Amino acid sequence: MGSKRRYIFLGLWLVFLMLPIYWLVMMSLKTNQEILSTFTLWPQNLTIDNYVKIFTDSTWYPGYLNSTLYVLMNTVISLTVALPAAYAFSRYHFLGDKHLFFWLLTNIMAPPAVFLLPFFELYQSVGLYDTHIAVALAHTLFTVPLAVWILEGFMSGVPKEIDETAYLDGYSWPRFFLTIFLPLIRSGVGVTAFFCFMFSWVELLLARTLTSTEAKPIAVTMTRTVSASGLDWGLLATAGVLTLVPGALVIWFVRKHIARGFALGRV
Amino acid sequence: MDNKREYQWAWLMVLPVVLVVAFSAIMPLMTVVNYSVQDIFGPNSRFFVGTEWFKEVLRDAELHGALIRQFIFSASVLLIQIPLGIALALCMPKKGAGVSFALVLLALPLLVPWNVVGTIWQVFARPDVGLAGVVINALGFDYNYTGDSLDAWLTVLVMDVWHWTSLVILLCYAGLQAIPDAFYQAARIDGASRWAVFRYIELPKLKGVLLIAVLLRFIFSFRIYAEPFVLTGGGPGNSTTFLSQSLTTMAVGQFDLGPAAAFSLIYFLIILLFSYVFYLTILNMDREG
Repeated sequence: MGSKRRYIFLGLWLVFLMLPIYWLVMMSLKTNQEILSTFTLWPQNLTIDNYVKIFTDSTWYPGYLNSTLYVLMNTVISLTVALPAAYAFSRYHFLGDKHLFFWLLTNIMAPPAVFLLPFFELYQSVGLYDTHIAVALAHTLFTVPLAVWILEGFMSGVPKEIDETAYLDGYSWPRFFLTIFLPLIRSGVGVTAFFCFMFSWVELLLARTLTSTEAKPIAVTMTRTVSASGLDWGLLATAGVLTLVPGALVIWFVRKHIARGFALGRV
Repeated sequence: MDNKREYQWAWLMVLPVVLVVAFSAIMPLMTVVNYSVQDIFGPNSRFFVGTEWFKEVLRDAELHGALIRQFIFSASVLLIQIPLGIALALCMPKKGAGVSFALVLLALPLLVPWNVVGTIWQVFARPDVGLAGVVINALGFDYNYTGDSLDAWLTVLVMDVWHWTSLVILLCYAGLQAIPDAFYQAARIDGASRWAVFRYIELPKLKGVLLIAVLLRFIFSFRIYAEPFVLTGGGPGNSTTFLSQSLTTMAVGQFDLGPAAAFSLIYFLIILLFSYVFYLTILNMDREG
């Protein structure tokens, strides 16, 4: 394949990825009358009414805050517990290590639908229902195994001689880990944090089940706003656009780290 | 590669992970096992029914249908997304300003909340107001995903390709980046064709990440729920009702907790079995180097 043909193929794919998003943005800027009566590739009468409607509705703000809070909590918890574990998996053999690793992965596999009620009962009974920490903890079920998996890959890429030299120099494990080892896999930690953020941000089934008002995620606020107002295409599209923004911002800010993390070799 | 030291105290390092995950994993699983062997009328009136629910769901034609649809869907997802993902990863620039630009665009669909993915495709594919719907109809095809089963199924499939192929691309891209330049130089000196480079250098090196990609795609396509639910509501008829949705309808809609729990355990075992085979393959490959 010539490099020109390759870039055309890739370019076409990126266009395909962007088309639905383009359409969503365009619809959010049209009036409902225009959406329903004529087919236009871009708005003839540009309107920001839909955005005004959403931003003057105060129920939207806590939604953003709630989602951000539990996603951040989840990322912090996942990284904190996954870092030492990934180190153990990448450096040592211990009793049941392979089975333990597989058990962690099985947690990604459980069908969410039927587990919702048990989840609800569990968090209700420990008094965590409708708190941010509940959603964050529930999401660790799939973010922690993924984090361990990804970090283990990055850590295995670091030569063991570095550990051994540090121990010979009299470093304790925590000091070695924090001051020497972590900086070495910085990009790997970035990539892992990105994946934790991503999976916690996009998951809604659990998030919706475990919250009612205090910790309600943004995308749920969006669904309710829209279903309450009937089939309002413009408003639906606007709400969709607004739930895309945080994800797009995050990926924009971490793009350098991601590129570097990928260049390191393994995810 | 396997020169890891035997060290039982390493358990202390994995303990936090075990505690955090076990908190959310074990109790709900036990509860589901409980449901699956009981007939529940209310909080205080439940009866032990043994394996009755398991027998019932194994005879249930509706669930069989959902299971078959699920398998066909997951197989299609893997057959399309894996080769497409590899091909696109090979098209990615190796370095330069284009890389982070392409990565940002590729990652965008992955960061869309799952029910919003359904919303996006709803407004994109509607034959009356959607760009794709209008264009396909203008080209002379009779396309309406809300009325025609095949159209609906294809729309869900294309939506999933749109949503998830990026994950395969990103994983394969990372795998390709790990191949040292020396390999390519050696191939060039030997006068290897592009296909030979792919077949004997790139593909073997990608095996590891590909297995991860297959595993993740299989698991996530098997538990797909929010996207088709928002897009088609499982219809028309039950053409896009996949396993998770049948189970949710059963458990939440009809409150048939027993059969739903029994079937989710069966469903869990299916995924577990597949994944275990994959996992063993990965382990064997690691051992071989």
